[in-house]
Amino acid sequence: MADLSTQAPARGLSLPKINSRAVVMTLYLVFLMLPIYWLVNMSLKTNAEILGEFSLWPRDLTLQNYVTILTDASWYMGYVNSLIYVVMNTVISVAVALPAAYAFSRYHFMGDKHLFFWLLTNRMAPPAVFALPFFQLYSSVGLFDTHIAVALAHCLFNVPLAVWILEGFMRGVPKEIDETAYIDGYSFGRFFVKIFMPLIASGIGVAAFFCFMFSWVELLLSRTLTSVDAKPIAATMTRTVSASGLDWGVLAAAGVLTIVPGALVIYFVRNYIAKGFALGRV
Amino acid sequence: MQEKTVNQKAWFLVLPVLVLVAFSAVIPLMTVVNYSVQDTFGGNQFFWAGLEWFDDLLHSERMWNALGRQLAFSAIILAIEVPLGILVALSMPKSGFWASFCLVVMSLPLLIPWNVVGTIWQIFGRVDIGLLGHTLDKLGIPYNYTQDFISAWATVIVMDVWHWTSLVALLAYAGLQSIPDAYYQAAKIDQASRWKVFRYIELPKMAGVLMIAILLRFMDSFMIYTEPFVVTGGGPGNATTFLSIDLVKMALGQFDLGPAAAFSIMYFLVILLISWVFYTVMTNLDRREGK
Repeated sequence: MADLSTQAPARGLSLPKINSRAVVMTLYLVFLMLPIYWLVNMSLKTNAEILGEFSLWPRDLTLQNYVTILTDASWYMGYVNSLIYVVMNTVISVAVALPAAYAFSRYHFMGDKHLFFWLLTNRMAPPAVFALPFFQLYSSVGLFDTHIAVALAHCLFNVPLAVWILEGFMRGVPKEIDETAYIDGYSFGRFFVKIFMPLIASGIGVAAFFCFMFSWVELLLSRTLTSVDAKPIAATMTRTVSASGLDWGVLAAAGVLTIVPGALVIYFVRNYIAKGFALGRV
Repeated sequence: MQEKTVNQKAWFLVLPVLVLVAFSAVIPLMTVVNYSVQDTFGGNQFFWAGLEWFDDLLHSERMWNALGRQLAFSAIILAIEVPLGILVALSMPKSGFWASFCLVVMSLPLLIPWNVVGTIWQIFGRVDIGLLGHTLDKLGIPYNYTQDFISAWATVIVMDVWHWTSLVALLAYAGLQSIPDAYYQAAKIDQASRWKVFRYIELPKMAGVLMIAILLRFMDSFMIYTEPFVVTGGGPGNATTFLSIDLVKMALGQFDLGPAAAFSIMYFLVILLISWVFYTVMTNLDRREGK
């Protein structure tokens, strides 16, 4: 109650400051939105309009670019391929990371710190270093141009990411819960699935989201490991760019469609974005 | 800090991760090590070359130039993104609808596929069809990111600022949120100026997360590939050919296995060093917070 009286006059005094904060924020958000707006704008124009008169918004609105993508197999299969390997990768990463993160958050064992550090180095490893060896490795075992090859390759950085994020969430769960459950006669497996996993459900969600995202945005490895059958949308887009006949409208529409998965779930993970990027440490 | 018990059986829980990551990290890395000490004249014949490739690499102007460009790029984007990120974090609403709104809009660039980030700026910066390029052209500023050195660098840097400043801001914001109200009230009683509040309350409290932000940004900018590749393709000339772009050119474009492998190993060692700093910072942070 006491601080209400101290804050009330202060707010009146700092009114100009609030305005300057709003100005900074507005300018920054406009800076973020302008390029995205321009992409959406492009995707709703015909090519003739894009290359003709310069205009800030589409004069004759068309959805033709989206229709092209959604009806042409060489385009929409890109999305299907991407989704297949991204989902595979997310499932594998989270499944193997769950028990490992539990071990790191609960126990000391020989070499645990070294192992934890080694995982981090893989999250940080430049994909460019791994592009050539991956290409040779997966070619030699006959997995080149398959979805599973890309899914496994992305495990390189996504498994460490999932382990670190999940460990960050698990350390927040008091150890007494484990001990009580064991005293009550739960086996490890039943305890883990029935009691522990619901407790860290948000952590699993965040880990899955970030695995999905990092696999979805990666281009170098997925492009190197595929040619036709598993070609991701990102590669489809760059190959169109390098061809001579540029179709800006379709390219923009393809770009807009790749933003959609992130934009759909962004609201639900908004409070966890910082935590996820900081590997569960914030 | 939660006490952990010693239990060697925990290894069984870690085993799947170990096998999977070993398959996707150790085997490829060993291939690279293998290539780095051998030479080939085609076919499948390899000859021991010792440290020749490393020696060449240390005297190769191309590598030093790429490294120089890379360090310049990382330094510039850090110098812009960190202060700007802090400023944005300080300007964000603390709670309510507008806080959520800002969080959602700010997160958007972070979740866009990297090649699409490149495509967005490729279109945005074109003089004939892009808003940015067209505006600059109308203002009489010469701008062409495919031909002009300065335009190319400016585009790549502004693109990275656009893409990643939100990450710094979100981390700094998370650090700010953890400051108890009592601190600000104490500062008000002492009649501390806005700058003093920032310098002695907010900055120390943000130091940990800011360190994470700086290291993450340094690390990720150090291996940037997709965005400049899409926008400038490393050009004009070699102006924006950063380490990763150069390495991919060498390994997959020219198939120079030996030099590329030696390059990879040097690259990886740098990353290893920064990872170690990162790890140390993280563990110190955990200890200080008493988690």
